[in-house]
Amino acid sequence: MLDIFDILGPVMVGPSSSHTAGAVRIGRMARALLGEEVLRADIGLHGSFAETGQGHGTDRALVAGLLGMKPDDLGIPESFLIAENRGLKFRFYTAHLREAHPNTAVLDVEGADGGKLCLQAASTGGGRIRVDRLDGVDVSFTGIFNTLVVRHQDVAGELSRILNELSVSGINIANMSLNRDRRGGDALTVVETDQKIPQDALERIRVLYGVLSATYYEKEAE
Amino acid sequence: MALDSMQEIFDKILAENKPFWQVVRDTDVEERQVTAEASFEKMRVTWRAMLESVDTYRADRRSVSGLVGGDAQRMWDYAAARETLCGPYLQEVIATALCVAESNACMRRIVAAPTAGACGVLPAVLVPLFRRGSVDEEQIVRALYVSAGIGAVIGYRASISGASGGCQAEVGTAAAMAAGALVDLRGGTPEQIGHAAAMALKNLLGLVCDPVAGLVEVPCVKRNVIGAVNAVSAADMALAGIESRVPVDQVIDCMGAVGRRLPVELRETSLGGLAATPFGQSVKAGLEKERRA
Ligand code: SF4
Repeated sequence: MLDIFDILGPVMVGPSSSHTAGAVRIGRMARALLGEEVLRADIGLHGSFAETGQGHGTDRALVAGLLGMKPDDLGIPESFLIAENRGLKFRFYTAHLREAHPNTAVLDVEGADGGKLCLQAASTGGGRIRVDRLDGVDVSFTGIFNTLVVRHQDVAGELSRILNELSVSGINIANMSLNRDRRGGDALTVVETDQKIPQDALERIRVLYGVLSATYYEKEAE
Repeated sequence: MALDSMQEIFDKILAENKPFWQVVRDTDVEERQVTAEASFEKMRVTWRAMLESVDTYRADRRSVSGLVGGDAQRMWDYAAARETLCGPYLQEVIATALCVAESNACMRRIVAAPTAGACGVLPAVLVPLFRRGSVDEEQIVRALYVSAGIGAVIGYRASISGASGGCQAEVGTAAAMAAGALVDLRGGTPEQIGHAAAMALKNLLGLVCDPVAGLVEVPCVKRNVIGAVNAVSAADMALAGIESRVPVDQVIDCMGAVGRRLPVELRETSLGGLAATPFGQSVKAGLEKERRA
Protein backbone atom coordinates (compact mmCIF):
# COMPACT_ATOMS: atom_id res chain seq x y z
CA MET A 1 0.00 0.00 0.00
CA LEU A 2 1.58 3.27 -1.16
CA ASP A 3 0.55 6.67 0.11
CA ILE A 4 1.55 9.86 -1.70
CA PHE A 5 4.56 10.31 0.56
CA ASP A 6 5.87 6.96 -0.59
CA ILE A 7 5.75 8.49 -4.08
CA LEU A 8 7.24 11.83 -3.02
CA GLY A 9 9.58 10.53 -0.39
CA PRO A 10 11.15 9.38 1.74
CA VAL A 11 13.55 12.19 2.45
CA MET A 12 16.68 10.10 2.69
CA VAL A 13 20.41 9.85 2.30
CA GLY A 14 21.22 8.22 -1.07
CA PRO A 15 21.90 6.40 -3.20
CA SER A 16 19.18 3.74 -3.02
CA SER A 17 15.92 3.55 -1.11
CA SER A 18 16.15 -0.23 -0.86
CA HIS A 19 19.91 -0.60 -0.34
CA THR A 20 20.48 2.47 1.82
CA ALA A 21 17.28 3.82 3.45
CA GLY A 22 15.87 0.32 4.06
CA ALA A 23 19.20 -0.84 5.47
CA VAL A 24 19.27 2.02 7.98
CA ARG A 25 15.79 1.03 9.11
CA ILE A 26 16.80 -2.61 9.56
CA GLY A 27 19.73 -1.58 11.76
CA ARG A 28 17.58 0.76 13.76
CA MET A 29 14.94 -1.91 14.25
CA ALA A 30 17.59 -4.30 15.62
CA ARG A 31 18.82 -1.71 18.08
CA ALA A 32 15.28 -0.91 19.26
CA LEU A 33 14.35 -4.55 19.75
CA LEU A 34 17.60 -5.25 21.57
CA GLY A 35 16.52 -2.44 23.86
CA GLU A 36 20.00 -1.19 24.68
CA GLU A 37 23.13 0.28 23.16
CA VAL A 38 24.70 -2.15 20.68
CA LEU A 39 28.32 -3.08 21.41
CA ARG A 40 28.87 -5.94 19.03
CA ALA A 41 27.28 -6.86 15.72
CA ASP A 42 27.79 -9.72 13.31
CA ILE A 43 26.10 -8.72 10.08
CA GLY A 44 25.30 -11.17 7.30
CA LEU A 45 24.44 -9.76 3.87
CA HIS A 46 22.37 -11.90 1.52
CA GLY A 47 21.69 -11.68 -2.21
CA SER A 48 21.82 -8.23 -3.76
CA PHE A 49 22.79 -6.79 -0.37
CA ALA A 50 25.98 -8.83 -0.59
CA GLU A 51 26.61 -8.14 -4.27
CA THR A 52 26.08 -4.40 -4.55
CA GLY A 53 25.81 -3.49 -0.89
CA GLN A 54 29.18 -1.84 -0.62
CA GLY A 55 28.62 0.49 -3.56
CA HIS A 56 25.27 1.49 -2.14
CA GLY A 57 26.62 2.05 1.34
CA THR A 58 24.42 -0.76 2.69
CA ASP A 59 27.15 -1.65 5.17
CA ARG A 60 27.45 1.89 6.48
CA ALA A 61 23.67 2.24 6.48
CA LEU A 62 23.17 -0.86 8.65
CA VAL A 63 25.77 0.34 11.15
CA ALA A 64 24.19 3.81 11.14
CA GLY A 65 20.89 2.20 12.05
CA LEU A 66 22.51 0.23 14.86
CA LEU A 67 23.73 3.58 16.18
CA GLY A 68 20.14 4.81 16.18
CA MET A 69 20.25 6.99 13.06
CA LYS A 70 17.26 7.46 10.76
CA PRO A 71 17.36 7.26 6.93
CA ASP A 72 17.78 11.04 6.51
CA ASP A 73 20.75 11.35 8.88
CA LEU A 74 23.75 12.94 7.17
CA GLY A 75 26.00 10.99 9.53
CA ILE A 76 25.24 7.75 7.65
CA PRO A 77 28.33 7.90 5.39
CA GLU A 78 30.52 8.37 8.48
CA SER A 79 28.88 5.66 10.55
CA PHE A 80 31.97 3.43 10.73
CA LEU A 81 33.94 6.21 12.35
CA ILE A 82 31.12 7.08 14.72
CA ALA A 83 30.82 3.40 15.65
CA GLU A 84 34.47 3.26 16.51
CA ASN A 85 34.16 6.29 18.76
CA ARG A 86 31.11 4.83 20.49
CA GLY A 87 32.70 1.44 21.03
CA LEU A 88 30.51 -0.53 18.61
CA LYS A 89 32.43 -3.42 17.07
CA PHE A 90 31.04 -4.99 13.92
CA ARG A 91 31.90 -7.56 11.30
CA PHE A 92 30.36 -8.33 7.92
CA TYR A 93 30.06 -11.65 6.16
CA THR A 94 28.19 -13.00 3.15
CA ALA A 95 25.13 -14.98 4.19
CA HIS A 96 23.60 -17.65 1.98
CA LEU A 97 20.01 -17.97 3.09
CA ARG A 98 17.35 -20.19 1.64
CA GLU A 99 14.19 -18.60 0.30
CA ALA A 100 15.05 -15.15 1.55
CA HIS A 101 14.21 -11.87 -0.18
CA PRO A 102 17.20 -10.72 -2.28
CA ASN A 103 17.75 -7.66 -0.08
CA THR A 104 18.11 -9.40 3.26
CA ALA A 105 20.38 -8.86 6.25
CA VAL A 106 20.86 -11.04 9.32
CA LEU A 107 22.08 -9.21 12.40
CA ASP A 108 23.43 -10.86 15.53
CA VAL A 109 23.75 -8.08 18.04
CA GLU A 110 24.90 -7.89 21.63
CA GLY A 111 24.23 -5.00 23.98
CA ALA A 112 25.99 -3.11 26.72
CA ASP A 113 23.95 -4.92 29.38
CA GLY A 114 24.63 -8.32 27.86
CA GLY A 115 21.36 -8.68 25.95
CA LYS A 116 21.42 -10.57 22.66
CA LEU A 117 19.23 -10.58 19.60
CA CYS A 118 19.24 -12.20 16.19
CA LEU A 119 17.14 -10.41 13.60
CA GLN A 120 16.61 -11.22 9.94
CA ALA A 121 14.94 -8.56 7.86
CA ALA A 122 14.39 -7.68 4.22
CA SER A 123 14.36 -4.33 2.49
CA THR A 124 11.24 -4.68 0.38
CA GLY A 125 11.40 -1.53 -1.76
CA GLY A 126 11.04 2.22 -1.41
CA GLY A 127 12.79 2.12 1.96
CA ARG A 128 10.19 -0.15 3.50
CA ILE A 129 11.33 -3.17 5.50
CA ARG A 130 9.94 -6.41 6.85
CA VAL A 131 11.31 -8.35 9.79
CA ASP A 132 11.17 -12.05 8.93
CA ARG A 133 12.85 -13.78 11.85
CA LEU A 134 13.59 -12.93 15.45
CA ASP A 135 15.78 -15.22 17.55
CA GLY A 136 14.99 -18.15 15.28
CA VAL A 137 11.23 -17.58 15.28
CA ASP A 138 9.38 -16.69 12.05
CA VAL A 139 7.65 -13.34 12.33
CA SER A 140 6.38 -10.69 9.93
CA PHE A 141 6.15 -7.00 10.73
CA THR A 142 7.26 -3.80 9.08
CA GLY A 143 7.79 -0.98 11.57
CA ILE A 144 4.95 1.01 10.02
CA PHE A 145 3.31 0.72 13.43
CA ASN A 146 4.69 1.00 16.93
CA THR A 147 5.82 -2.52 17.67
CA LEU A 148 6.05 -4.37 20.96
CA VAL A 149 7.95 -7.65 21.12
CA VAL A 150 7.41 -9.80 24.21
CA ARG A 151 9.25 -13.02 24.93
CA HIS A 152 7.39 -15.09 27.43
CA GLN A 153 6.75 -18.60 28.68
CA ASP A 154 4.06 -20.36 26.76
CA VAL A 155 1.57 -20.37 29.65
CA ALA A 156 -2.19 -20.04 29.58
CA GLY A 157 -3.62 -16.55 29.59
CA GLU A 158 -0.32 -14.79 28.95
CA LEU A 159 -1.51 -13.02 25.83
CA SER A 160 -4.59 -11.65 27.50
CA ARG A 161 -2.53 -10.31 30.41
CA ILE A 162 -0.30 -8.44 27.96
CA LEU A 163 -3.23 -7.08 25.98
CA ASN A 164 -4.94 -6.04 29.18
CA GLU A 165 -1.99 -3.86 30.16
CA LEU A 166 -2.18 -2.20 26.75
CA SER A 167 -5.90 -1.63 26.87
CA VAL A 168 -5.79 0.05 30.28
CA SER A 169 -3.37 2.52 28.71
CA GLY A 170 -5.92 3.16 25.95
CA ILE A 171 -3.85 1.58 23.23
CA ASN A 172 -5.42 0.25 20.04
CA ILE A 173 -4.02 -2.93 18.54
CA ALA A 174 -3.43 -2.82 14.78
CA ASN A 175 -1.97 -6.33 14.33
CA MET A 176 -0.88 -9.10 16.57
CA SER A 177 0.80 -12.47 16.34
CA LEU A 178 1.88 -15.12 18.79
CA ASN A 179 4.77 -17.20 17.51
CA ARG A 180 6.13 -20.31 19.11
CA ASP A 181 9.60 -21.59 18.68
CA ARG A 182 9.11 -25.25 17.88
CA ARG A 183 12.24 -26.21 19.72
CA GLY A 184 11.62 -24.53 23.06
CA GLY A 185 8.80 -23.79 25.42
CA ASP A 186 9.00 -20.03 24.97
CA ALA A 187 6.76 -17.87 22.87
CA LEU A 188 7.25 -14.60 21.14
CA THR A 189 4.38 -12.18 20.83
CA VAL A 190 4.48 -9.26 18.44
CA VAL A 191 1.90 -6.52 18.94
CA GLU A 192 1.63 -3.61 16.51
CA THR A 193 -0.20 -0.60 17.90
CA ASP A 194 -1.67 2.64 16.63
CA GLN A 195 -0.66 4.68 19.66
CA LYS A 196 2.73 4.96 21.27
CA ILE A 197 3.19 2.66 24.23
CA PRO A 198 4.12 4.68 27.32
CA GLN A 199 7.10 3.69 29.46
CA ASP A 200 4.97 2.72 32.47
CA ALA A 201 2.90 0.29 30.42
CA LEU A 202 6.11 -1.31 29.19
CA GLU A 203 7.36 -1.63 32.75
CA ARG A 204 4.13 -3.27 33.85
CA ILE A 205 4.36 -5.77 31.01
CA ARG A 206 7.97 -6.56 31.86
CA VAL A 207 7.04 -7.67 35.39
CA LEU A 208 4.06 -9.81 34.37
CA TYR A 209 4.26 -13.44 35.41
CA GLY A 210 5.98 -15.49 32.71
CA VAL A 211 7.37 -12.55 30.77
CA LEU A 212 11.06 -12.91 29.99
CA SER A 213 11.59 -9.63 28.22
CA ALA A 214 9.70 -6.91 26.41
CA THR A 215 11.24 -4.52 23.90
CA TYR A 216 9.67 -1.82 21.85
CA TYR A 217 10.16 -0.10 18.49
CA GLU A 218 8.59 3.30 18.14
CA LYS A 219 7.68 4.17 14.59
CA GLU A 220 9.47 7.06 12.93
CA ALA A 221 7.89 10.44 13.49
CA GLU A 222 6.13 11.95 10.45
CA MET B 1 -6.12 2.83 -2.81
CA ALA B 2 -8.10 5.89 -3.64
CA LEU B 3 -6.38 7.10 -6.80
CA ASP B 4 -6.84 4.29 -9.30
CA SER B 5 -6.84 6.28 -12.52
CA MET B 6 -6.29 9.73 -13.92
CA GLN B 7 -9.89 9.59 -15.12
CA GLU B 8 -11.00 9.19 -11.52
CA ILE B 9 -9.09 12.34 -10.60
CA PHE B 10 -10.67 14.23 -13.52
CA ASP B 11 -14.13 13.03 -12.44
CA LYS B 12 -13.55 14.14 -8.86
CA ILE B 13 -12.34 17.55 -10.01
CA LEU B 14 -15.70 18.02 -11.76
CA ALA B 15 -17.95 16.36 -9.20
CA GLU B 16 -16.42 18.01 -6.15
CA ASN B 17 -15.50 21.25 -7.88
CA LYS B 18 -11.93 21.17 -6.59
CA PRO B 19 -8.60 21.79 -8.28
CA PHE B 20 -6.35 18.81 -9.10
CA TRP B 21 -4.01 19.31 -6.16
CA GLN B 22 -6.83 19.40 -3.66
CA VAL B 23 -8.26 16.09 -4.83
CA VAL B 24 -4.86 14.53 -4.13
CA ARG B 25 -4.49 16.27 -0.78
CA ASP B 26 -7.94 15.17 0.33
CA THR B 27 -7.10 11.61 -0.63
CA ASP B 28 -4.04 11.83 1.60
CA VAL B 29 -6.10 13.32 4.43
CA GLU B 30 -8.50 10.42 4.19
CA GLU B 31 -5.90 7.68 3.81
CA ARG B 32 -3.48 8.70 6.51
CA GLN B 33 -6.13 10.15 8.82
CA VAL B 34 -4.41 13.50 9.17
CA THR B 35 -5.64 17.08 8.97
CA ALA B 36 -5.43 19.05 5.73
CA GLU B 37 -2.88 21.34 7.39
CA ALA B 38 -0.69 18.45 8.52
CA SER B 39 -0.72 17.00 5.04
CA PHE B 40 0.20 20.35 3.47
CA GLU B 41 2.99 20.92 5.99
CA LYS B 42 4.45 17.51 5.27
CA MET B 43 4.49 18.37 1.58
CA ARG B 44 6.15 21.69 2.41
CA VAL B 45 8.85 19.85 4.38
CA THR B 46 9.32 17.56 1.38
CA TRP B 47 9.76 20.59 -0.89
CA ARG B 48 12.27 22.22 1.44
CA ALA B 49 14.28 19.01 1.51
CA MET B 50 14.37 19.11 -2.30
CA LEU B 51 15.57 22.70 -2.22
CA GLU B 52 18.21 21.83 0.32
CA SER B 53 19.43 18.94 -1.82
CA VAL B 54 20.25 21.53 -4.50
CA ASP B 55 21.71 24.15 -2.17
CA THR B 56 24.14 21.81 -0.43
CA TYR B 57 25.72 20.50 -3.65
CA ARG B 58 29.49 20.42 -3.73
CA ALA B 59 31.39 19.77 -6.93
CA ASP B 60 34.26 17.97 -5.20
CA ARG B 61 32.19 15.06 -3.90
CA ARG B 62 32.64 11.69 -5.58
CA SER B 63 30.56 8.53 -5.47
CA VAL B 64 31.82 5.22 -4.13
CA SER B 65 32.98 4.06 -7.56
CA GLY B 66 34.48 7.44 -8.37
CA LEU B 67 32.44 7.62 -11.59
CA VAL B 68 30.04 10.31 -10.45
CA GLY B 69 30.56 13.89 -9.30
CA GLY B 70 31.32 17.38 -10.56
CA ASP B 71 29.21 17.36 -13.74
CA ALA B 72 26.60 19.83 -12.48
CA GLN B 73 29.39 22.29 -11.84
CA ARG B 74 30.70 21.72 -15.37
CA MET B 75 27.29 22.60 -16.71
CA TRP B 76 27.09 25.74 -14.59
CA ASP B 77 30.60 26.82 -15.57
CA TYR B 78 29.87 26.28 -19.25
CA ALA B 79 26.62 28.25 -18.99
CA ALA B 80 28.46 31.09 -17.26
CA ALA B 81 31.19 31.19 -19.90
CA ARG B 82 29.11 31.16 -23.05
CA GLU B 83 25.60 31.06 -24.36
CA THR B 84 24.12 27.58 -24.18
CA LEU B 85 22.19 26.01 -27.03
CA CYS B 86 19.17 25.34 -24.86
CA GLY B 87 18.77 28.73 -23.18
CA PRO B 88 18.58 30.03 -19.60
CA TYR B 89 15.79 27.85 -18.17
CA LEU B 90 16.82 24.52 -19.68
CA GLN B 91 20.47 25.02 -18.80
CA GLU B 92 19.41 25.35 -15.17
CA VAL B 93 17.16 22.31 -15.50
CA ILE B 94 20.06 20.24 -16.80
CA ALA B 95 22.49 21.42 -14.13
CA THR B 96 19.95 20.90 -11.34
CA ALA B 97 19.08 17.38 -12.48
CA LEU B 98 22.78 16.51 -12.49
CA CYS B 99 23.40 18.12 -9.14
CA VAL B 100 20.65 16.30 -7.25
CA ALA B 101 21.33 12.94 -8.90
CA GLU B 102 25.06 13.30 -8.20
CA SER B 103 24.31 14.19 -4.59
CA ASN B 104 22.27 11.02 -4.30
CA ALA B 105 25.15 8.92 -5.62
CA CYS B 106 27.45 10.65 -3.13
CA MET B 107 25.26 9.69 -0.14
CA ARG B 108 23.76 13.10 0.44
CA ARG B 109 20.18 13.79 1.51
CA ILE B 110 17.59 13.78 -1.30
CA VAL B 111 13.87 13.21 -1.78
CA ALA B 112 13.03 9.95 -3.56
CA ALA B 113 10.63 11.03 -6.34
CA PRO B 114 9.39 8.46 -7.05
CA THR B 115 12.69 6.68 -6.31
CA ALA B 116 16.15 7.71 -5.19
CA GLY B 117 17.50 6.91 -8.66
CA ALA B 118 15.15 9.42 -10.27
CA CYS B 119 15.37 12.01 -7.47
CA GLY B 120 16.77 14.75 -9.71
CA VAL B 121 13.88 15.12 -12.15
CA LEU B 122 11.33 17.04 -10.06
CA PRO B 123 13.77 19.46 -8.40
CA ALA B 124 15.36 20.03 -11.81
CA VAL B 125 12.20 21.54 -13.27
CA LEU B 126 10.88 23.20 -10.09
CA VAL B 127 13.88 24.77 -8.37
CA PRO B 128 14.92 27.00 -11.33
CA LEU B 129 11.36 28.38 -11.58
CA PHE B 130 11.29 29.02 -7.85
CA ARG B 131 14.72 30.66 -7.84
CA ARG B 132 13.85 33.15 -10.53
CA GLY B 133 10.73 34.10 -8.56
CA SER B 134 8.20 33.01 -11.16
CA VAL B 135 6.39 30.85 -8.61
CA ASP B 136 6.08 30.93 -4.82
CA GLU B 137 6.28 28.17 -2.24
CA GLU B 138 2.51 27.67 -1.94
CA GLN B 139 2.20 27.15 -5.68
CA ILE B 140 5.09 24.71 -5.67
CA VAL B 141 3.63 22.68 -2.82
CA ARG B 142 0.33 22.45 -4.68
CA ALA B 143 2.13 21.40 -7.84
CA LEU B 144 3.86 18.68 -5.83
CA TYR B 145 0.44 17.28 -4.93
CA VAL B 146 -0.35 17.16 -8.64
CA SER B 147 2.86 15.25 -9.31
CA ALA B 148 2.24 12.92 -6.37
CA GLY B 149 -1.24 12.18 -7.71
CA ILE B 150 0.18 11.24 -11.10
CA GLY B 151 2.87 9.12 -9.44
CA ALA B 152 0.31 7.38 -7.24
CA VAL B 153 -1.81 6.41 -10.25
CA ILE B 154 1.26 5.10 -12.09
CA GLY B 155 2.37 3.19 -8.98
CA TYR B 156 -1.07 1.64 -8.72
CA ARG B 157 -1.65 0.77 -12.38
CA ALA B 158 1.90 0.05 -13.53
CA SER B 159 5.10 0.27 -11.48
CA ILE B 160 7.57 2.78 -10.10
CA SER B 161 10.51 0.46 -9.64
CA GLY B 162 13.33 -0.27 -12.07
CA ALA B 163 13.47 -3.86 -10.86
CA SER B 164 9.93 -4.54 -11.98
CA GLY B 165 9.39 -2.06 -14.81
CA GLY B 166 12.74 -0.80 -16.06
CA CYS B 167 13.89 2.81 -16.06
CA GLN B 168 10.70 3.93 -17.82
CA ALA B 169 9.03 3.16 -14.48
CA GLU B 170 11.49 5.33 -12.53
CA VAL B 171 12.72 8.17 -14.72
CA GLY B 172 9.65 7.85 -16.98
CA THR B 173 7.32 8.21 -14.01
CA ALA B 174 9.37 11.08 -12.60
CA ALA B 175 9.11 12.84 -15.99
CA ALA B 176 5.32 12.39 -16.07
CA MET B 177 5.09 13.75 -12.53
CA ALA B 178 7.30 16.72 -13.38
CA ALA B 179 5.41 17.49 -16.60
CA GLY B 180 2.11 17.54 -14.72
CA ALA B 181 3.55 19.81 -12.03
CA LEU B 182 4.80 22.27 -14.65
CA VAL B 183 1.46 22.46 -16.42
CA ASP B 184 -0.24 23.08 -13.08
CA LEU B 185 2.22 25.87 -12.25
CA ARG B 186 1.47 27.51 -15.59
CA GLY B 187 -2.27 27.41 -14.96
CA GLY B 188 -3.06 24.58 -17.37
CA THR B 189 -6.28 22.57 -17.18
CA PRO B 190 -6.54 19.11 -15.59
CA GLU B 191 -6.79 17.63 -19.10
CA GLN B 192 -3.58 19.42 -20.09
CA ILE B 193 -1.90 17.98 -17.00
CA GLY B 194 -3.02 14.54 -18.18
CA HIS B 195 -1.74 15.11 -21.72
CA ALA B 196 1.61 16.35 -20.45
CA ALA B 197 2.02 13.32 -18.20
CA ALA B 198 1.00 11.00 -21.04
CA MET B 199 3.44 12.54 -23.51
CA ALA B 200 6.32 12.54 -21.05
CA LEU B 201 5.73 8.87 -20.27
CA LYS B 202 5.27 7.88 -23.91
CA ASN B 203 8.56 9.46 -24.87
CA LEU B 204 10.49 7.27 -22.45
CA LEU B 205 8.51 4.11 -23.06
CA GLY B 206 10.72 1.03 -23.11
CA LEU B 207 13.66 2.65 -21.36
CA VAL B 208 15.65 -0.13 -19.72
CA CYS B 209 17.23 -0.24 -16.25
CA ASP B 210 20.88 -1.17 -16.64
CA PRO B 211 22.99 0.38 -13.90
CA VAL B 212 26.72 -0.27 -14.27
CA ALA B 213 27.95 -2.55 -11.46
CA GLY B 214 24.48 -2.32 -9.93
CA LEU B 215 25.16 1.18 -8.66
CA VAL B 216 22.76 4.11 -8.95
CA GLU B 217 25.39 6.10 -10.85
CA VAL B 218 25.82 5.26 -14.56
CA PRO B 219 23.56 5.87 -16.49
CA CYS B 220 21.21 7.02 -13.73
CA VAL B 221 22.60 10.51 -13.16
CA LYS B 222 22.28 11.61 -16.79
CA ARG B 223 18.95 9.85 -17.22
CA ASN B 224 17.63 12.37 -14.71
CA VAL B 225 18.51 15.04 -17.26
CA ILE B 226 16.54 13.41 -20.06
CA GLY B 227 13.65 12.87 -17.66
CA ALA B 228 13.59 16.56 -16.77
CA VAL B 229 14.13 17.99 -20.26
CA ASN B 230 11.50 15.63 -21.61
CA ALA B 231 9.11 16.86 -18.92
CA VAL B 232 9.63 20.46 -19.95
CA SER B 233 8.95 19.73 -23.61
CA ALA B 234 5.86 17.66 -22.77
CA ALA B 235 4.53 20.45 -20.54
CA ASP B 236 5.09 23.11 -23.19
CA MET B 237 3.41 20.95 -25.82
CA ALA B 238 0.41 20.42 -23.56
CA LEU B 239 0.18 24.13 -22.77
CA ALA B 240 0.27 24.81 -26.51
CA GLY B 241 -2.85 22.70 -26.84
CA ILE B 242 -1.10 19.65 -28.25
CA GLU B 243 -2.77 16.47 -27.06
CA SER B 244 -1.62 12.93 -26.49
CA ARG B 245 -3.56 10.84 -28.96
CA VAL B 246 -3.49 7.85 -26.60
CA PRO B 247 -5.42 8.61 -23.38
CA VAL B 248 -3.22 8.95 -20.33
CA ASP B 249 -4.54 5.93 -18.41
CA GLN B 250 -3.93 3.73 -21.44
CA VAL B 251 -0.39 5.06 -21.71
CA ILE B 252 0.17 4.19 -18.06
CA ASP B 253 -1.23 0.67 -18.52
CA CYS B 254 0.92 0.27 -21.58
CA MET B 255 4.04 1.27 -19.64
CA GLY B 256 3.21 -1.41 -17.09
CA ALA B 257 2.72 -4.00 -19.83
CA VAL B 258 5.99 -3.07 -21.55
CA GLY B 259 7.76 -3.29 -18.18
CA ARG B 260 6.50 -6.81 -17.59
CA ARG B 261 7.76 -7.83 -21.04
CA LEU B 262 11.23 -6.44 -20.47
CA PRO B 263 13.69 -9.27 -20.01
CA VAL B 264 15.04 -9.60 -16.49
CA GLU B 265 18.50 -8.64 -17.79
CA LEU B 266 17.16 -5.15 -18.39
CA ARG B 267 15.48 -4.71 -15.04
CA GLU B 268 18.10 -3.60 -12.53
CA THR B 269 19.97 -6.90 -12.50
CA SER B 270 22.95 -5.35 -14.29
CA LEU B 271 23.14 -8.34 -16.64
CA GLY B 272 22.32 -6.37 -19.79
CA GLY B 273 22.32 -2.94 -21.37
CA LEU B 274 25.09 -0.53 -20.42
CA ALA B 275 26.02 -2.71 -17.45
CA ALA B 276 26.97 -5.50 -19.84
CA THR B 277 29.24 -3.37 -22.05
CA PRO B 278 32.99 -3.96 -21.78
CA PHE B 279 33.20 -0.70 -19.86
CA GLY B 280 30.44 -1.73 -17.47
CA GLN B 281 32.07 -5.10 -16.90
CA SER B 282 35.45 -3.57 -16.17
CA VAL B 283 33.97 -1.22 -13.58
CA LYS B 284 32.31 -4.17 -11.93
CA ALA B 285 35.51 -6.23 -11.96
CA GLY B 286 37.46 -3.31 -10.49
CA LEU B 287 35.04 -2.90 -7.62
CA GLU B 288 35.05 -6.61 -6.87
CA LYS B 289 38.81 -6.62 -6.71
CA GLU B 290 38.70 -3.70 -4.31
CA ARG B 291 36.16 -5.48 -2.15
CA ARG B 292 38.29 -8.57 -1.85
CA ALA B 293 41.40 -6.53 -1.05
S1 SF4 C 1 18.82 2.89 -14.70
FE1 SF4 C 1 17.72 1.72 -13.17
S2 SF4 C 1 18.70 2.28 -11.20
FE2 SF4 C 1 19.27 3.85 -12.74
S3 SF4 C 1 17.74 5.47 -12.51
FE3 SF4 C 1 17.05 4.11 -14.16
S4 SF4 C 1 15.70 2.66 -13.08
FE4 SF4 C 1 16.93 3.65 -11.48
